[in-house]
Amino acid sequence: MRINWFKYAAPANFYPIAGALAPWFIALAGVLAIIGLYWGFFQTPDILTDQKQYYRIIFVHVASAWMGMWLYAMLVLWALIGIIFNTRLSYMFAAAIAPTGAMFTFLSLWTGAFWGEPSWGTWWDWDPRMTSMLILLFLYIGYMALQSAIDDPRRSDKASSVLAMVGLVMVPVIYWSVNCPNPAECAALHQSSSMEQIDPNIRNAMFIMVASFWIYSFGVIMLRIRNIILEREKQTRWVQELKECQ
Amino acid sequence: MFKTYILILQRDLTLALRHKTEVLTTIFFFIIVISLFPLGVGIDKELLQKIAPGVAWIAALLASMLALERLFSSDYEDGTLEQMLLSPQPLFVIVLAKVSAHWLLTGLPLVLISPLVGLQYHLDFDRVIMMMLALLIGTPILSLLGAIGAALTLGLRGGGVLISLLLLPLYIPVLIYGAGVVVDSALFNNNTETYLSLLMGFLILSLVLSPWATAAALRIASE
Repeated sequence: MRINWFKYAAPANFYPIAGALAPWFIALAGVLAIIGLYWGFFQTPDILTDQKQYYRIIFVHVASAWMGMWLYAMLVLWALIGIIFNTRLSYMFAAAIAPTGAMFTFLSLWTGAFWGEPSWGTWWDWDPRMTSMLILLFLYIGYMALQSAIDDPRRSDKASSVLAMVGLVMVPVIYWSVNCPNPAECAALHQSSSMEQIDPNIRNAMFIMVASFWIYSFGVIMLRIRNIILEREKQTRWVQELKECQ
Repeated sequence: MFKTYILILQRDLTLALRHKTEVLTTIFFFIIVISLFPLGVGIDKELLQKIAPGVAWIAALLASMLALERLFSSDYEDGTLEQMLLSPQPLFVIVLAKVSAHWLLTGLPLVLISPLVGLQYHLDFDRVIMMMLALLIGTPILSLLGAIGAALTLGLRGGGVLISLLLLPLYIPVLIYGAGVVVDSALFNNNTETYLSLLMGFLILSLVLSPWATAAALRIASE
């Protein structure tokens, strides 16, 4: 049997399956969020004593920061696939991922500020991690601005894909320069991963939140792609024959 | 190939020198921005010495970006760019020539005028030299990265503001190390070489990748 790998690359085939999957993704994300937040807020030990309950913002903060970074990588991957195979749907994926990625990046900055105020006594500090998240947000905004500035969808897709790829080449350079503004002291600034030092209870609740946000991204991106498909293919017959477009 | 490079470079320089105001505007923009900062933040000598490298670099970023719009737009409007795309010469070389012309017209004058920052902000001679060196290595990077942005926003409404949105985040490493080397040379006076090597490495990276990305963006823009 020959498998048609590109069957769902056609917007007409992808549209119904995206519509069927999206509610499931969103429902699952909601259930996981409830479990994760309940576990995180009420079932984790008060290891940091009662005065420091604000640490619980970690359950939203870490998950959104990870999704913000991961979605940029996915955006670039779809942009790259779009450039290679010239498939319309890949560009639509990239375009649909951007707002969600920007939202999560913003959320991580916002929750980080809320955490920073009680613990560090300041809403904002020019710590390397915060600065690089801020720059990631700028990259998302640049991508979306270019995308919406070009009226012709084919040109806007390709141009913003080139920008996303330039951004990906630059991200390590930017990240490194923000981390080591003084190259001589770079070693001292390096933060090692603290994942292993976390109480397993807290870590598991955090991972459930990551899964929830991840699945939520799937659901929302499917819905957004459906909108983009309708917008771009509105002159085609299959769209005009759709029940919801009558 | 080398001949193409020289020809385009000569053409762009000749065209620009016939409109001298455009070149001078960039330089005066730079001078005005660096003169406004002391008026805004106060004329405390120590404060000025401290902020001088950052101010000089941000003024240089903005000045170099202001001139970017002109990089391809006039050629795009009168159809010259289309002829360049159709020509058998590699687009990489053509782009590189245009970027070199842009740097000679905006980057190099900024390097030469930067001792003025030293005068206005009370910097000593060593730091002025260091700043000129950093600008000399850093401004070509600004032109190279800027070309990508200029090509991507070619012929768009509100292109000028859009360019800044796309490019300023990408300029951050140049800003950090370019300003860092001047600050650091005053503090320790030893590891400036590291900064300059990093800037150099960044210059080489952008020299290799940027004309290629710019060429791709130009083809997309004129499809």
